[in-house]
Amino acid sequence: MSTVHEPRAFPFGEPDGLRLPPLFATLREEEPMVRVRMPYGGDAWLVLRYDDVKTVLADPRFSRAATVDADVPRMMPVLSQDTSILSMDPPHHTRLRKLVAKAFTARRTEILRPRTEQIATDLLDAVEAQGPPVDLVQSFALPLPITVICELLGVPQADRADFRRWSDGVLATTSLTAQEMEAAMNSLLTYMAGLVAERRRAPTGDVLGTLVRARDEDDRLTEDELVDFGVTLLIAGHETTANQIGNFVAALFRSPPHLAALRADPGLVPAAVEEMLRLVPLGSGGGFVRIALEDVELKAGLVRRGEAVMADILNANRDGRVFADPEVLDFHRENNPHLMFGHGVHHCVGAQLARMELQVAITALLRRFPSLELDVPADEVEFSTGKLVRGPVALPVRW
Amino acid sequence: MPWRIDVDRETCVGSGMCTAIASNRFVLVADRARAVDATVEPDEAVLDAAESCPMEAIVVRDEAGRVLAPER
Repeated sequence: MSTVHEPRAFPFGEPDGLRLPPLFATLREEEPMVRVRMPYGGDAWLVLRYDDVKTVLADPRFSRAATVDADVPRMMPVLSQDTSILSMDPPHHTRLRKLVAKAFTARRTEILRPRTEQIATDLLDAVEAQGPPVDLVQSFALPLPITVICELLGVPQADRADFRRWSDGVLATTSLTAQEMEAAMNSLLTYMAGLVAERRRAPTGDVLGTLVRARDEDDRLTEDELVDFGVTLLIAGHETTANQIGNFVAALFRSPPHLAALRADPGLVPAAVEEMLRLVPLGSGGGFVRIALEDVELKAGLVRRGEAVMADILNANRDGRVFADPEVLDFHRENNPHLMFGHGVHHCVGAQLARMELQVAITALLRRFPSLELDVPADEVEFSTGKLVRGPVALPVRW
Repeated sequence: MPWRIDVDRETCVGSGMCTAIASNRFVLVADRARAVDATVEPDEAVLDAAESCPMEAIVVRDEAGRVLAPER
């Protein structure tokens, strides 16, 4: 049904802060399976509606492993590697996932809540001591999740400046050259290999130590998989949450009634976090591409064997068939089965950790500074561009 | 020696992990997982699903009632 058009160049422009390109609202209704021309590797289907997005994310007929080392349609010049859990299908994906799943369950995450609250308190003490204006990105949104994931994985915080720079590099789309991106990834792999080697000399009980033991004692994963896994957990463990803390705060500043509602009733924070996860966009690239292993009939149309498909969770989360008044930020939404963390085997392993951190961050910030406000006009907040994730470059605030 | 599968639908968040790992053993109904059959013959995929569930909402027991997964 969607093949009448020439492929549309994707993405539809650089991300515009927290807004989605207006074209999406039209396409969701009129062309829910869009033929797009990707920056690299040719054309793909971009699937926009909730049901189809869930199918593409969870149905084993759509493969991530089939993208490995292949010139498939994609956002970035580099190719998928077979050592990355993000590019694996079951059973290999399951083999790796099980090794860390225990560390990220809802139960284990709750155990980390008091420590996370303490980290938030310490950071906000420093913010208060510094006095306004303060940049919330550098002083709060970034260091909170970085501290949590560093402690969980066993990565020294002292190395933060290095891995932050490399992390920016591997999430770049248009802001760096292919060589710069590869150099950043290689630096991260070398760095992580060093941490792995340290654990062989002095075993640890952190997640990285657990992975090292799983390799050395039980041969559950290869050395390259181990090092890649560490890098993935480190990057995914802080970039996402850090940017979403900034995005959520920016979104709240733009909507004083919502900010007032949270200040009046902190008990509303968990529901508010879910609703902002649904509606505040993080990604800027349409999602990881999958390859159809056979012909699959989606609701929006037929995907043929060998074709590339991207499941767009930002649009799925705005599907009016699932969410009443989908563009409205509603902290009292009763049913909110958003797909921000994905669906199926690649459902974010850190979802419960991210939820907890976001709840702690928003609660602590609003409690500490009841009169917190932006120190610049809301429409002058600058957002990052040329990256797979979006977030404010800085959030200058006063109180 | 059949196993018993219990899914706590109140705890389940509908991540789709179990249905993707063991598609013949679990099904999503109204965005929450359910065992296709509560009693199954031993199947490693069922253990994988229970071990991978982010909510630990799936418990697999042997005939004697011993918990096989998830490990605590």
